[in-house]
Amino acid sequence: MNFADSPDEAAFRSKLRDWLKNNTPKLPPSSTSDEYWEGQAGWHQSLYDAGFFGLSWSKEIGGHDLPVVYEVIVDDELAAAGAPPRPSLGYLVLGIQQHGNDDIRSRFLPGIVNGKDRWCQGFSEPEAGSDLASLRTKAVRDGDDYVITGHKIWTSYSDQADWCLVLARTDHDVPKHRGISAFRVDMRQPGVQQRPLKMINGITREFGQLTFDQARVPAADMIGEPGEGWKLAMTVVSHEREPQELGYVSRYRKTVKELAHRVADAPERFDREQTTALAWAMVESEMLRQHVCRRLSDRLDGLVHGPAGSVDKLLMTEVEQSVGHAAVSIGGASYDGDDPTWLNVYLYSRAQSVMGGTAQIQRNLIASRILGLPAK
Amino acid sequence: MDVRLSAEQRSLRESAAQLVDRLGPRSVADLDDIDRRTRIEAAIAAAGWRELRCADKGDEPLASTVEVAIVAEELGRGLADTAFIGPTLAAELRRLAGADVGTSTEVVLLSADLAALSDGEGSGIVMDGEGASTGLLQVRDRLVSSPLPGLDRDSVDLTRLVALAVVTRASVVGDLTADRLTQWNAFGLAIACADLVGVMRGTIELARSYACTREQYGAAIGSFQAVQHLLADAHVALEGSRSTALHAAWAVDNLAPDDALAAAAGAKAYCARAAMSVCETSIQVHGGIGNTWECLAHVYLRRALVSADLLGNVGPSLQRVLDHRLGAA
Repeated sequence: MNFADSPDEAAFRSKLRDWLKNNTPKLPPSSTSDEYWEGQAGWHQSLYDAGFFGLSWSKEIGGHDLPVVYEVIVDDELAAAGAPPRPSLGYLVLGIQQHGNDDIRSRFLPGIVNGKDRWCQGFSEPEAGSDLASLRTKAVRDGDDYVITGHKIWTSYSDQADWCLVLARTDHDVPKHRGISAFRVDMRQPGVQQRPLKMINGITREFGQLTFDQARVPAADMIGEPGEGWKLAMTVVSHEREPQELGYVSRYRKTVKELAHRVADAPERFDREQTTALAWAMVESEMLRQHVCRRLSDRLDGLVHGPAGSVDKLLMTEVEQSVGHAAVSIGGASYDGDDPTWLNVYLYSRAQSVMGGTAQIQRNLIASRILGLPAK
Repeated sequence: MDVRLSAEQRSLRESAAQLVDRLGPRSVADLDDIDRRTRIEAAIAAAGWRELRCADKGDEPLASTVEVAIVAEELGRGLADTAFIGPTLAAELRRLAGADVGTSTEVVLLSADLAALSDGEGSGIVMDGEGASTGLLQVRDRLVSSPLPGLDRDSVDLTRLVALAVVTRASVVGDLTADRLTQWNAFGLAIACADLVGVMRGTIELARSYACTREQYGAAIGSFQAVQHLLADAHVALEGSRSTALHAAWAVDNLAPDDALAAAAGAKAYCARAAMSVCETSIQVHGGIGNTWECLAHVYLRRALVSADLLGNVGPSLQRVLDHRLGAA
């Protein structure tokens, strides 16, 4: 039982720390400006080229075959340097790794890992949010292709994506969970239109609305067998609930560090309510770091994804929203229009209890699958 | 980094779990079963768990704080009603003060709010003092030991004796530097967190099993979403607490005293808030019966109250975190 670095881990940490001294880009927080997402491609490339991305993934797809706990070191050092978080792609990689065949894995994964291919995720629909399995987008076989028709919504950064991981119904004659297949769809084609939605901060346009109108996808780009899309989706969303796959700990700790500086610079300007909010944000973000250490260490016995991802998701939500409260409490609501960053960090934090499965859905999963409470 | 428990640590946890499952109270009535209490007392004495922090060779303890935390968590889960934290805190204090190893019936005396070691103004609160003969307290930078009078048997915590003791005479047993006191506070906070984690586990299981059997509207109440979400939130609070408590225990023996204290204080704020909420949830899930003396839910809540206060509840713990981080910012 040891939270400290092994000699190899310490050497890696110091190499990364040195590299960050000269290679930390000045990107705004993802939640406050679209510049973040535009600059994120360059950040991804730069991390990848320097050998600091995809540490636990196999060398065949561009990773480094290192133990998963190295991700904690990356998150620690990114936060300490004030660098942007690592790109949140773990859930996509793990989902394709688990459900794709050799051909799919070798064609799709290297581009995701090295950052040359940008993907978005077409799961939710206007009529299929929490009840994802009721999705209506359909894919109809036509020669060597499938033809896709339907609507997707809440697709983050669809405007920047080259590819979309689409869930579509290929069989209407089986129970709803079993008639869904997963595809990689080319976003740059006439049958795909996307329209960004303005977020509640009034600035960023993270969410996209997608329309597929006779969009075509080669049958060879189906991930998994026909009807296996639901299983893939569950693998993807369960990892999407894990801060260890998203790299969010560095984002929270960076914000808390900046807020602590503000208070330390002029403590007399802040009252007890504000410093208490900051103290909780400190406690919460450190809790999440230690929790990620624990969850990644458990993975040293082998990767399992299961209902514990729902616990991770609720802890991550609690942390993001606690940090959000501290941000607006200490940074202020920017009535003078001076610096809306902290207001926007707060506003963005409200999405965390919705995205990747609402907090209520996570509680349902914990109740039935972890606590074993009876069904109605 | 690998924070999985070692094989030896897992087997220690297994032993502690088995002991408390065999001899711990299963009902409020069991708390008055003198025969059972004698047996759990003897079993814990025989296991040697109260001496884990006694100096072994030189001034190193016999076992790490993680091992003490493992035992504390299981004893908390099973509402072990015999002294453990009290004698363990005393042994650690003696070790840090360079004092001779004391008796296993020595405990510590705390300030009236349990937030600090008593500074010797004539009295102190005995922490976990069942069967205690002497108590340790601080007089300026000296550690002193005082014989304890007969103690009032009424205790807020029904599983651990917490009572006022008047100090009559005391003898110096060692020196306490500020650093050593910082280390001791970190240790005590980490062990309190472990106890709180155990208490949460125990009361969640109590409420979970009740929700599976109690029926209303023709169905187990655990099938209703409103009840399910209460218990799910309790489980999440437990898991976050576990992660932070584990780190705090590790930090005591591996970080500089100030850093270890900040880690322990952060964990304490988190675990204390979580444990109160979880224990309250358990009472709520039990409904009317949860508000009666015969239900174990309040025994968990009372134990949580004491552990939450031990060496600083949420307020002082958050202040410690702020002082540490803002000093460094």
